[in-house]
Amino acid sequence: MIPELGHFALVLALALGVVQAIGPLIGAHYRDAALMRMADSTALMQFVFVALSFAALTVCYVTSDFSVVNVYENSHSAMPLIYKYTSVWGNHEGSMLLWVLILALFGAAVAAFGGNLPATLKANVLAVQSWIACAFYVFILLTSNPFLRLAEAPLEGRDLNPILQDIGLAIHPPLLYLGYVGFSISFSFAVAALIEGRIDAAWARWVRPWTLAAWMFLTVGISMGSYWAYYELGWGGFWFWDPVENSSLMPWLAGTALLHSAVVMEKRNALKIWTLLLAILAFSLSLLGTFLVRSGVLTSVHTFATDPSRGVFILAILVFFIGGALALFAWRAPLLKQGGLFAPVSREGALVFNNLFLTTACLTVFVGTLYPLALESVTGEKISVGPPFFNLTFAPLFIPLLFAMPFGPLLAWKRGDVLGVAQRLMAAFAVGIVAIAVTFVIKGGQSVLAPFGIGLGVYVIGGALIDLIERTGLFRLPLATVRSRAAGLPRSVWGTAVAHIGIAMSLIGIVAQVWADERIVSLKPQQTVSIAGYTLSFDRLTQRTGPNFREQAAKFTVRNSGGTVVGIMDPSKRTFPARATTTTEASLLTRGTSQLYLSLGDANDDGSVAVRLYHKPLVLLIWLGSVVMMLGGGLSLSDRRLRVGAPKPAKKTAAKPALQPAE
Amino acid sequence: MTLWFVFALMTAAAMFAVLWPLSRRGPEAGGSDVAVYRDQLDEIGRDRAAGLIGAAEAEAAQVEVSRRLIAAADAAEATTAGRIEPPVWRRRAAVVVAFLLLPAGATLLYLTIGSPQLPGEPLASRERVAQNSSIANLVTQAEAHLERNPGDARGYEVLAPIYLRMGRFTDAANARRRILAISGETAERQTDLGEALTAANNGIVTDEAKAAFERALVLDAGDVRARFFTGIAAEQDGKREQAAAIWRGMLEKAPPGAPWVETVQQSMARVGATPPAAAPAVAAAPGPSADDVKASAGMSEADRDEMIRGMVARLADRLKENGDDIEGWQRLLRAYMVMGDRDKATAAAADARRAFASDPDKLRRIDDAIKSMGIDG
Repeated sequence: MIPELGHFALVLALALGVVQAIGPLIGAHYRDAALMRMADSTALMQFVFVALSFAALTVCYVTSDFSVVNVYENSHSAMPLIYKYTSVWGNHEGSMLLWVLILALFGAAVAAFGGNLPATLKANVLAVQSWIACAFYVFILLTSNPFLRLAEAPLEGRDLNPILQDIGLAIHPPLLYLGYVGFSISFSFAVAALIEGRIDAAWARWVRPWTLAAWMFLTVGISMGSYWAYYELGWGGFWFWDPVENSSLMPWLAGTALLHSAVVMEKRNALKIWTLLLAILAFSLSLLGTFLVRSGVLTSVHTFATDPSRGVFILAILVFFIGGALALFAWRAPLLKQGGLFAPVSREGALVFNNLFLTTACLTVFVGTLYPLALESVTGEKISVGPPFFNLTFAPLFIPLLFAMPFGPLLAWKRGDVLGVAQRLMAAFAVGIVAIAVTFVIKGGQSVLAPFGIGLGVYVIGGALIDLIERTGLFRLPLATVRSRAAGLPRSVWGTAVAHIGIAMSLIGIVAQVWADERIVSLKPQQTVSIAGYTLSFDRLTQRTGPNFREQAAKFTVRNSGGTVVGIMDPSKRTFPARATTTTEASLLTRGTSQLYLSLGDANDDGSVAVRLYHKPLVLLIWLGSVVMMLGGGLSLSDRRLRVGAPKPAKKTAAKPALQPAE
Repeated sequence: MTLWFVFALMTAAAMFAVLWPLSRRGPEAGGSDVAVYRDQLDEIGRDRAAGLIGAAEAEAAQVEVSRRLIAAADAAEATTAGRIEPPVWRRRAAVVVAFLLLPAGATLLYLTIGSPQLPGEPLASRERVAQNSSIANLVTQAEAHLERNPGDARGYEVLAPIYLRMGRFTDAANARRRILAISGETAERQTDLGEALTAANNGIVTDEAKAAFERALVLDAGDVRARFFTGIAAEQDGKREQAAAIWRGMLEKAPPGAPWVETVQQSMARVGATPPAAAPAVAAAPGPSADDVKASAGMSEADRDEMIRGMVARLADRLKENGDDIEGWQRLLRAYMVMGDRDKATAAAADARRAFASDPDKLRRIDDAIKSMGIDG
């Protein structure tokens, strides 16, 4: 009964979605309050049904109900409980269900917390959101139905892909989807504004918290995926410029540009058309990513199963939404009134600079990802656009961007004084140069460019701190005043500084990998290997039996240069009989923000084992930086002006109390 | 019934979500941009106090925002003033949608793609009815048991022959290997392994299988199966004399009434050797041996084809040496025709005619056969 309940709930969600896609649109057009209100209740109920459907599938997985094809194909009764939960989205059908769950979640969130939106805008946003949701419900029900059944339930399932049997599957996809799908709301806002033909500074303020939330999740989602690849794939790389990664990076770059241009639009009523276009592009790139990953155009661990009919279906969705939105844009955008003017050297100018570089970077990734695919489909020639291409194009774009980053928050609106700002940034320059010098002294001339990278990172952090110091008056004013000024600063200022520090941390972590050490050796028990001042002795090799795998685990004792034991590392190789697959479980030893990384290769006949050993200096900064970026986003999101029901209580004007959202 | 009752409740909830907003009257609720602009004016004041914007710029910005504020307030007033009561028919249409289209559409779609007749079968409920489940399920259970107790040799001994019967030769070989590893080696266990390996390789005695048989013979020189398969290995290596010698030795030592005598005799005939005199005359038409048939059952199309070609080639070789076998010639001709090899069939027909040139009776029979198969012209 449970699987059928889930199935029916999904069908009902589609039925409600159709009502929500049409009713509120008509309501907003004729200003019919009742039809517009319908958007709220249907959006909430739609979410309830999708959640019910998702819960039903989860129950099927947890109870190993192999009468459901999807469960049979991707689960095993002996799997640890946590993976029974996570394998719900560790396959194509289930992950699409997670996709619509998040789509419905964002719709419901707008219905529940969008009390400050004008009724027509809200109705249109929810209607557009429902169009997207309906397209995906139909896609799931017709081509990727997770609730298809088997009349005779097999006794045992085929197990989840062992690479996915990891805690990473619990974290990476939900966060990434929250980001990917979250941009659907920005898209819906943009299309709704185009339908209404009215867009102004207020629109930017309303769309900002949603974009910010999606951006936060996408940032951490991408970074957690990178960390997962780092420790699971067994060779210590964290970013491969693989098309699947690129297709998550593109919406991030567009989304980051959108966040910044929305600030200009909100403050200055300028860049309106550009911001709309970015909102459409960010989600279009998310859709494109979904298409590339799910259609089988690319094969990777993310693909799960490929089925041409799915690819065609997603392509149709893609063409309809991207084409439709861009056509609407081309038709409506010229009618929108252009807003304020500004001098090139100003906060606005700095944000335009940011946008130019981010979108160019996005375009670079786009070309690097799609050109090989296009070439292959046209001429059949296979070329690979690898890291060299991206390193050559991406770095030159990001260096000026990062260099200009501290200038932005310090420049005044409308007309800024770039020399004055440069003067105020002197301290940051100085710290950066010192960092370059110190790095050269410590590391020597191993890599000429890397110390400059470190210096750039330090300078960006210094710049962000200077901004905070200037605004709070630290070192100039008495401490009590500083404290009150700090408390009085808008949270978005804190958010900006923290997020920029996060970027710099990631940069330092990435650059520091130039100094990573690597050893590939064959060891017998009791032999030792040393790296970067640590000595690892190979104690023994043991066989262990896990719930659904056998593993060969090695035990290493790690000593520092003084001979003190600093940790135990136990990398292993796991064999999963149900899929006849082997995975490598690397062992990581964290020292500060650096890590020792040890992964096991093949065992030789003479009892020795091949091991790969890396020392990765400051590597954790890469991912910590992204967490800091998310914190910055969170701080900015908590800015009370952005929160729902912006007006201060004292300014409550004619608004009825009932319209104030419960805070 | 419960299922449909719950479906009905869910549908009712969905209908409620559409109907409820229609039942409430009143103007539209929601915020407006006026509030946003007011807040922006405050913010300019704050920025100015903090020195983030110059005095002149702040003033200009204030004018700008005020202009937006006034425009927004005017627009809001205009829409409030111009509001007309929406026509009732639109709500009625929505009610119809909620009452008819929504439940009907959902039910129709569900009935086409859903399986309401199938109950859920979580693991717990399935294990209770496991007694009457199929062989495949029993195997799965045994496998799960062995996964947890990899040292249970008896389990593998039960599974190995079942694997062979199911055509899972590689699994059978693995199970035999596990048994050897757990319980130590005996001649019989080595032979079992060799046999499974041979089956897994489509009847070819690989080096690994051969090693297993030879090891078995070291452990017990009287192991009949191992001895027989070393003969097969020799035959497959093209050492027909050696194969015949092995098998001759077996037949000479064969206890009376041994069930395997016939198989060995057939094999000897296949390599063109004459079985020892004591044995009964070999049937004139040695077909593929029992082992060949057994092995061919689990083969892919291409492998089976390969095996058939091998047998045909063997037959052709034999007839070249000893042409006085009319059934043999007929089988060869038929095989060539089935394989679509007309050239070889024509050549073989000429050879056959030459072989029976001195025997008019047999020559006539072979001529008839050739004509009936349409080889000539």
